[in-house]
Order: sequence, then structure tokens, then C-alpha cells
Amino acid sequence: MGQITLNQITKSFGDVQVIPPLDLQIDDGEFVVFVGPSGCGKSTLLRLIAGLEDVSSGDITIDGKNATEVPPAKRGLAMVFQSYALYPHMSVRKNIAFPLRMAGIDKAAQDAKVAAAAKVLNLTDYLDRRPGQLSGGQRQRVAIGRAIVREPAAFLFDEPLSNLDAALRVNMRLEISELHQSLKTTMIYVTHDQVEAMTMADKIVVLQAGRIEQVGSPLELYHTPRNKFVAGFIGSPKMNFLTGSFADEFDAATIGVRPEHLTVSQSDGKWVGKVGVSEHLGSDTFLYVDMDGVDEPITVRSSGEIGFRHGDIVHLTPAPDKIHRFDNQDLRIA
Amino acid sequence: MARAVSTRRKALVTICAWAVGIAIFFPILWTVLTSFKTEAEAIASPPSFLFFDWTLENYSTVQERSDYFRHFSNSVIISFGSTLLGLLIAIPAAWSMAFVPGKRTKDVLMWMLSTKMLPPVGVLIPIYLLFRDTGLLDTRIGLVMVLTLINLPIIVWMLFTYFREIPGEILEAARMDGAELWSEIVYVLTPMAVPGIASTLLLNIILSWNEAFWTLNLTAVDAAPLTAFIASYSSPEGLFYAKLSAASTMAIAPILIIGWFSQKQLVRGLTFGAVK
Amino acid sequence: MATQHSRAAARLMISPAVLLLLGWMIIPLSMTLYFSFLRYNLLIPGMEEWAGWTNYEFFLTDPAFFAALKNTLLLVGGVLLITIIGGVLLALLLDQPFWGQGIVRILVIAPFFVMPTVSALVWKNMFMNPVNGLFAYFAKFLGLEPFDFLSHAPLFSIILIVAWQWLPFATLILLTALQSLDSEQLEAAEMDGANFLNRFVFIMVPHLARSITVVILIQTIFLLSVFAEILVTTNGGPGYASTNLTYLIYAQSLLQFDVGGGSAGGVVAIILANIVAIFLMRMIGKNLEA
Ligand SMILES: Nc1ncnc2c1ncn2[C@@H]1O[C@H](COP(=O)(O)OP(=O)(O)O)[C@@H](O)[C@H]1O
Ligand SMILES: [Mg+2]
Repeated sequence: MGQITLNQITKSFGDVQVIPPLDLQIDDGEFVVFVGPSGCGKSTLLRLIAGLEDVSSGDITIDGKNATEVPPAKRGLAMVFQSYALYPHMSVRKNIAFPLRMAGIDKAAQDAKVAAAAKVLNLTDYLDRRPGQLSGGQRQRVAIGRAIVREPAAFLFDEPLSNLDAALRVNMRLEISELHQSLKTTMIYVTHDQVEAMTMADKIVVLQAGRIEQVGSPLELYHTPRNKFVAGFIGSPKMNFLTGSFADEFDAATIGVRPEHLTVSQSDGKWVGKVGVSEHLGSDTFLYVDMDGVDEPITVRSSGEIGFRHGDIVHLTPAPDKIHRFDNQDLRIA
Repeated sequence: MARAVSTRRKALVTICAWAVGIAIFFPILWTVLTSFKTEAEAIASPPSFLFFDWTLENYSTVQERSDYFRHFSNSVIISFGSTLLGLLIAIPAAWSMAFVPGKRTKDVLMWMLSTKMLPPVGVLIPIYLLFRDTGLLDTRIGLVMVLTLINLPIIVWMLFTYFREIPGEILEAARMDGAELWSEIVYVLTPMAVPGIASTLLLNIILSWNEAFWTLNLTAVDAAPLTAFIASYSSPEGLFYAKLSAASTMAIAPILIIGWFSQKQLVRGLTFGAVK
Repeated sequence: MATQHSRAAARLMISPAVLLLLGWMIIPLSMTLYFSFLRYNLLIPGMEEWAGWTNYEFFLTDPAFFAALKNTLLLVGGVLLITIIGGVLLALLLDQPFWGQGIVRILVIAPFFVMPTVSALVWKNMFMNPVNGLFAYFAKFLGLEPFDFLSHAPLFSIILIVAWQWLPFATLILLTALQSLDSEQLEAAEMDGANFLNRFVFIMVPHLARSITVVILIQTIFLLSVFAEILVTTNGGPGYASTNLTYLIYAQSLLQFDVGGGSAGGVVAIILANIVAIFLMRMIGKNLEA
């Protein structure tokens, strides 16, 4: 079981309220990702759930029981830290066994569980090494192993992949997703990287300055962002925003078009601009187009074969049903 | 990268460095050598450096006359006892300061250090009288108590500087793994801080071993450690250089050896972590 | 890191240390303060009576007090001067590459591990003794009159002995600091045309400033209460020539059994130490922040 409910929780450090009153429901078995820019309170929220920090007000329920006052050791949750937080003086085996040892489980049962976890995580050959002798990816797996063995009600991950290089990050992302498929345990995963959020989550929680901006599945957020912030944060490259006469035409304060929803042509189209930088990735080409009356260059994603150069005049046309409209409060106009 | 240095320059530096090193070490060397001479040779003129009849006689004389081993065991008990007791009190305190810092943590640390500034002589009389009235005068337990208290600020400070470098996340991980406070300190913090705790231990053993205000003023016979054992040689009585040297060698040898082995760890400890 | 539980635990865990140190400060201090206003001699028990400021008057007008104050300052200042200048020079020397670095380091650090009573007695008898000491022998060898160090320059002799004990400490710390200096900085300065003196003044000295502060702080704490070295060499004499405050108060209390007078002296010593402490804590407080 792993159902977690946050009810009107707040958190202040001194006079600064980092989390204003916040409600959230996390269902058993869900993979929930908290995403938001750095400093928006994701870690704080996770640590409140973990019990590493006290809530300033409100309460936290885990599996129907009020856990607000329960110390972290007793909440039945497991956490994987950004720095992995492995015990440097213990072997991998001892690291993974530590929660079992703390729970007073007998030695034979400990060994069996450690062996099983090591097998799942491909760590069997490394059990007698110290964390210092492992690569970043292996350390990461030890941290996950330590979390798995105690069969927690939920896993908490705080930016677990941010210390890995790009290739390894993709691998570990898949491994964590697979782990979730096989364990079917609730996972709460914090990241500032919207790609991780989109690829892993059942449910994404977008945070800004401690507030929840939107909760939904990755595609819900992609297709119907509730406001301009979510629209700009989810999707890569970022959504283009236009104001002024461009928006007036659609009865909105701002309109947004994703780079993949713009078609580019040499001869005709709705808007005209001049190519600034073009990036050829092979599969795709990203054009950054300067338009009169728009501050930032407009990003266009087109096929890999297209051959525009710096200074070329191009015409852009948005797909008509893919235009997002926002009012002067930055809220979505349905 | 250090650049290649000309051999001539290196030779020159080597000569200077060794000359200075030997000059600084000479009083100790001379003492050790003299301890193997007879009293007559000890004051012979010109002094003989290596070519004399080596004898161990002084050592047995000193043991007979002043009971070295009793003083030695007092020194061991007092310095180890006060250091271990100090660690026992200081580890939890340093844990609090390093991992649950509050607004006043820094003030508390400064205050603790400032108690080291309290001149011992300012409280000599009350301690002397309290000890006299409670029967603690000239007891090892009394000295252990006093030395624990005077070294406690240093122990807390040193441990604090070592603990501060341990990432708090690791202790939080232990908490998430179900460790109670006690297990967190015993199984995670302490083993991680072993190098720091070891150098704290060593430095405080050295400081307590050589402490010579309280050990001289609060002991007479029973609890007297080596500092007092040596002080009994302060009034000359006939020929006594060789015996004085033997006694001195015996008093400093244990700590000199410990000190040499641990000199690397000592620097950080000695400076409260301010120089690494 | 901080929850109600952990904060409560933290208070509990720090309290033994705080309470013990608080007791160690308050109980004897208030007793000293109380005694300092009494006429109280251990040889005449049961005759204690209120004395007002008399003890202070006697102590502060006693010429011995001024002698001791001057000696204390000379002792602390002299030792600091010798050890810091010597320590910087030695550190510069030992920082150069040479054969046998490890062994020389061990030789240089050794005096720090020698207990004060031993070093004082060894210097007094085997080196400074005007008849049988090594110095006397060398003087005679050179055809000079042997100098009686402890009778004619007692304070200077004690400064030498104490400086010998603390030189290794200063050297070791300054050497460590020097080794942590980024060699690229020095090379950059060299490229900029700085000669050794320039590099020393503009790069090394500022880099060493923090360590020098630490050396001053820690040595001052210990040097203010130098005691054993005086006890076993000169007993503060001749006259008061080598008496520092610590020794003066010790003599008054435990040799003359004048608890009242000794306590008044103790209070004065505490006040003076506090003045010094305030300066030092400011210095170190700033330095430890970084
Ligand atoms: N212990 C603390 N004391 C004071 N402020 C804190 C503390 N921890 C976090 N904060 C503040 O709370 C805000 C949110 O921090 P955090 O949750 O770490 O952000 P994120 O993980 O989203 O990057 C930041 O502005 C941070 O400065
Ligand atoms: Mg964070």
C-alpha cells in the first residue's frame, strides 16, 4: 500500500513561507513526478513527506493513518538522495542490508534479501566493494537497492539522476521505470528536468514558488496546460509566446505555439521572419527566427533535411488547432 | 606541477634544513644520550658525544628511587581517562552543533572556546579547597574530572569541525532507513568520523599527558603523574644529570612516539580545523 | 535536517557539555569572587571575616603585581615574536624540496611533545647551568666567562625555553598553510615579474595571515598561564624577576596560604585575560567564518 494525502500543508523557514497551503492526493502504485524550476520547493515538499522536516501546519496521511507527527524512521518510506548518501565505511552489501539490520531482521533473511536486490540491480559482483570504488551509476543502484529491500510503502527520489552523465541518465531512467513496472509501488520523483517528468510519470505535479500549478498526466499537461507557466515549462523546445497584434487576432492576451506545430516555407505563410541561428541535429532542424514585434526569436522544429541559412527570409504558419490562448491573467482560455 | 630544481640548490637546502632540524632536536637527543652515561661522564669536560661506556644503570636507579611505573600508570589513566570521558560528552554535543544548528550554535561554540581563556590560576583556590573538602585532592579521579573539563571545549571544537564535513544527507538516509538517534550516531556518524575522532583523541592525550598546572597543584603522592615525577628532580642533589636525563627520557618517550606517528592528523586538530 | 524530534534530541545531547562547562565556570568563579572579599588565610582557619576591597588594594598596589604584569606581557609577546618569525622562516625553508623531508619534520616537531617540566629542567641543568651546562662549556671553550642564564637573565631564559617548546607548533601550522598555497598563483606572479621578495610579501604573507591568527590565538591561551617552567627553574626569582601573574597568584595562595589575596589576584587575572580574549575572539571569529 502506498497512498499519501497532503492536506493543507504549509512550510516556513523563519519568516519565509516556502510552501503555501497545499493539497495533494497520491494514489497507491502511482509514479508521481514533482517538477519545477530550481528553488521552487520540490525537495522541501519531498522532505515533508519523508518526515525529515516538520510541516508548519496541515497534515499528512499515509495509508489512511495520520503520519504528521511520525518520525521518518517509522513512516515506512524509502528515499534515494541526490548525493546517494551511501555509507562510505560500509561495503555495498552492508549498505543495502542497513535498513534490514535496523529493523532487527535476522542475518539469513538479510542475506537473502540483499542477494535478491543485488540480482535485480546487477550489483552481485560488487557486493564486497566500498561505495568509493564504484562508478556513479553503480552508486545510484546501491542507493536504490537500499531503498528496495525494506519494501517501503512508497519510494521518494530527489533528483536521483542529476549527478550522472547524459547517456547514463537515459539508462537509469529506463531502469527506474522498469522497477516501477515490476514493483508497482508508489514512487514520488523530484526533478527539474521536464524530459524526465514526461517520460517517467503517470502523474506530473508542476510546482512554482511552492504552489501547485497543475496536476495531470504528461499528455494532459502537454495538450491542455492550465496556464502560461505550465505551457512554457512542459515540452521541449519551449513553447513560443506571442503578444500584441498576433494575439489580438485570436482574442487572447498571449498566444502560444509549440515549435513542432509551426510549418516553415520559403514562399508563403502567416508570419514573416528572418532566420537567425539554425541548428542541424540530423533528425531535426531547429530554426530560431527573428520576427518584427516579437522580443525573443521564434523556435521552429522542422525535418532534418531542410536547408535554411542565417539571414534567409522565411514564412511561418501555426497549425490552427494547436494554438494555445491565454488571458491577461496568463490562464488558459478554453 | 613543481618544477625541476637544480641538484645544487636541493643539496644546499638539504644541508640547511638538516642543520636546523638537528639544532631544534638537539636538547632531546642530548638528554637521551646523557641518560646512558654515568654521572661522571655526564658532566665530563669536554663532553663526550657517542664514545662513552653505555649503561642502563640510571634507568633502574630512577625506577627504584622515584617509582617510574606508578607515575607512568597515573599518567596513562589520567590522560586516557579524561580524553575518553571528554569524547563521550563531546560527541553528542558536536553532533547537535554540526547537524542541528540553531541560531545560537555559533555563540555556544564561541562561549565554549572562551572558557579556555579562563586562567586556571583564577579558579585554583576554589578547586583546591573543594577537592580538599571532598577528598578528591591527590586522587586520579579528581584529576580526570578537571582535565576532562579543561579539555572539553577543545574536544567539542575539534569534533565539530570534523563532523561539519560529513554530509547531513547521510545521516538523514540512516533516519529514513529506520535508524534511531542512537544507531545513527553509533553505526553511521562515529565510524565515518573515525579519522577525526582519532586525531582528537591523540591531541588530547598529548595535552593531558603534558598538562602541568593542575597535575602539579592537585597531586602529592598517590595520583602524581609523570609531570610531578620529573618536578621532583628540580632541586639538585649531588651528581644527578644522568638520572635526570633517564627520568626525562622515560617521561617523554611514550608521548613523543605517539606524537610522531600522528603528526599529520594533529595539524588540523591543533587549529580547530582552521588550517587544513 | 531539523524537525521537532531532532531539535529536542539536539538540546538533550548538548546539555551535558554545556551544563558541565557552565558549572566549571560559575561555581569556582563565584567562590573566587567571594573569597577575594574575605580576610582568609589557610593557616588561621575559622578567622574569616569580610574585608571589603582590602585584598584588591593590597594586590594592585603591590610592586610585585606590576612586575608580574610586565613579565607576563614580555613572556607572551617575546614567545609569540620568536615563534612566529622563526616559524615563518622555518616553514619557508622546509617547504623547499630537499632530501629527508619526513625525518627533518619529525625532528622539528619533537619539542612540542615534551612536557613543560622536562624541557625546563633539561634546559636549566644541562644547557644553562653555569658550571656543568653545555653553554658554559662552549663559553669556556671560546675563552669566555660562562653566563649564569637563570640568575642574570631569568625571564629571557624562560622565554627561550618556552619558545623552543612552541616553535614546532607554529612551524608545523605555517608549513601546512604554505603547502596549501596554489602553486599556480606563485607561477602567475612570477610571470608578472615578481621576484621572491615580492611574492613573499604580496602572496605568501596574505595567504599565511589566517594561520598566523590561529597560531597567535592558541599560543596566547597557553602562554598566559605558563607555570611549570617557572616553578622548576627559577621559582619566580630572583626577586620577582621571572614571576608572571599565574605564578604570583599561585605563590600567594598556596605558598603563603593567603586565600583572600590570591583570590583577588585571580579575579584580576580573569579580567585581564578577558580583555585579551575579546581581542582574540574578534580576530578568530572573523577568520573562522570563511
Ligand atoms: N533549511 C532551510 N532553511 C531556509 N530556507 C530553506 C531551507 N531549505 C530550503 N530553503 C529554501 O526553500 C526554497 C525551496 O528549496 P528546495 O525545496 O530545496 O527547492 P528545489 O528542491 O525545488 O530546488 C528555496 O528558496 C530555499 O532557499
Ligand atoms: Mg532540490
